[in-house]
Amino acid sequence: MTATIEVRNLQTHFFTRAGVVKAVDDVSFSVNRGEVLGLVGESGSGKSVTGFSIIGLVDPPGRIAGGSILYQGKDLATLPEREMRSLRGNRIAMIFQDPMMTLNPVLRIDTQMIETVLAHDKVSRDEARRRSRDALGMVGIPSPDERLMAYPHQFSGGMRQRVAIAIALLHNPDLLIADEPTTALDVTIQAQILAKVQELAAEHGTALIWITHDLSVIAGLADRIAVMYAGRVVESGTAAEILDTPRHPYTHGLIGSVPSRNKRGEKLRQIPGMTPSLLSLPAGCAFRMRCAHATAACETEPENTGEGTRFLRCFHPMEQAA
Amino acid sequence: MSASPIIELRGVSKRFGPKYDAAARLTRAISRRLGSPPRDETVRAVDAVSLTVNRGEVVGLVGESGCGKSTLGRMVAGIMPPSEGEILFKGRDVADMNGTDTRDAKLKVQMIFQDPYASLNPRMRVSDIVGEAPLTHGLVSRANFEDYVDAQLSRAGLDPAFKRRYPHQFSGGQRQRIGIARALAVQPEFLVCDEAVAALDVSIQAQILNLFMDLRSELDLTYLFISHDLGVVEHLSDRVLIMYLGRIVESAPTEEVFARANHPYTRALLAEVPRIEARKHRFTAISGEIPSPLNPPPGCHFHPRCPFAMPRCAVEAPALREIAPGHRSACHLNEGTA
Repeated sequence: MTATIEVRNLQTHFFTRAGVVKAVDDVSFSVNRGEVLGLVGESGSGKSVTGFSIIGLVDPPGRIAGGSILYQGKDLATLPEREMRSLRGNRIAMIFQDPMMTLNPVLRIDTQMIETVLAHDKVSRDEARRRSRDALGMVGIPSPDERLMAYPHQFSGGMRQRVAIAIALLHNPDLLIADEPTTALDVTIQAQILAKVQELAAEHGTALIWITHDLSVIAGLADRIAVMYAGRVVESGTAAEILDTPRHPYTHGLIGSVPSRNKRGEKLRQIPGMTPSLLSLPAGCAFRMRCAHATAACETEPENTGEGTRFLRCFHPMEQAA
Repeated sequence: MSASPIIELRGVSKRFGPKYDAAARLTRAISRRLGSPPRDETVRAVDAVSLTVNRGEVVGLVGESGCGKSTLGRMVAGIMPPSEGEILFKGRDVADMNGTDTRDAKLKVQMIFQDPYASLNPRMRVSDIVGEAPLTHGLVSRANFEDYVDAQLSRAGLDPAFKRRYPHQFSGGQRQRIGIARALAVQPEFLVCDEAVAALDVSIQAQILNLFMDLRSELDLTYLFISHDLGVVEHLSDRVLIMYLGRIVESAPTEEVFARANHPYTRALLAEVPRIEARKHRFTAISGEIPSPLNPPPGCHFHPRCPFAMPRCAVEAPALREIAPGHRSACHLNEGTA
């Protein structure tokens, strides 16, 4: 199967006055047609910056410092902005955590959607309007004709996120990057959004990168999972491999600290300490300060080892199930 | 567990409505005269809720945004007065207490907020955030102030060496610990935690939940734990209350709710909680949105989304009835069996 997108040794660094922040440091993965990749990590792990790097939205002082992002034989990391513009929102789209970041609060929904259609396709305004209306209907917004005339503030949070998804899907993208799109939503609304995205990925063969800190959401959605910590992918594999037999101590700890994995009323297994600042990362494995298995060997950087779909960066992989 | 109630709510409601000035009242009166009654703009955030929390118990309050769970928590914590009904602290109505008793009762019930960024004054040092209230209320003398603050911070898992710092110098998890230290500094018996771990990363969330469990046994605390996260509530609570649009629809011991949920809303909610045990599957969804509390559906608030709704549900609001020992549910479907 050919990969829709292939990220190789991506490095996105922020050159700040306080020093170089290596937000993404040597990250590699690929996503195939119709496949769902879960990119899991806690705040500051670099998961969102990875998404922004792919769609070319890294703002100064940040820039892609190395590696490549291959899409249909082109390297997005070095693609001129003019060509990137013709792909962004067209072949590659993104949904953000806060739908108000996608939507302009002072423009009606129809203005924003028609503009998106016309930006990439030479069609009449009437045709653009019809496609916008169909897209709204497809994400389950009742009476789409009326709702096209509304402003973003007239929608509830869940509805707004659906509008954002409809806009992202207007051009049937090959790749959809979703950055925690359901974190701010209630569970019943979250389930509606997940059902919709899943259906669309299956129908159109869209490759999906789902960025989240919530392992529970990704468990039911992803084909493969990549776990990020301090700018690196520390472990990746199929969803079942990662969730059933995590081998990196961080993945192991993350799964163990989910309440439903613990006996009720008993203390949760916890990972001690907190995520280190990316400005002052320890030498070697960034997790070693919080890791119960760390030894002197961990003071050098562990290589990315593995084969096929399963990769790991650890000198002391775990054997038992979580 | 002793069954002495520490907090009791009797028919508590909270309404939010616009305040009309003289001109607005006049126009509303005239339009009423003319036979077109003005639109009711009152939100019933909490609608005749009765509940009891016993000493030493952890009660989980679950509901989706806009269901009134935070408003209910704020009334219990004494931050907001109810529009109707009584709130009893250890058997005495808070509204009838005199000055000193009111103050004492309020100190005994403390609240921990969701947003560790918004709930700490950015211009105060940590030692003042934690120490101000106990000093004002005479729980500590100025001479013992520093030691007292150090002890509070250590108990919440913070290094007392950081007490001269400001909130912005801490991470989210540490800030939440400052909020916990501040609440515990006035020696409360009852903590209202409003989404206290919702803003935290999974690994930090586990640390804070463990801290709550340690403090419970150490200080004999009682909790009202408000959350939208059923996994967290299941882990921590002895009893769970499910709220929908201002009303409690189900109340039962935790095992009972998760094993034998009765109300269709509770069942739908449980079905949609993402589980880490799940593997790739098709998601399904309850149809419809949560209605606006400004204009809730008549009868049972859940009937427009309920797969089992009968004509009666649209007319008559079901009462919260006992369906098994300690298990209460507000659904007309139980009439045949109960």
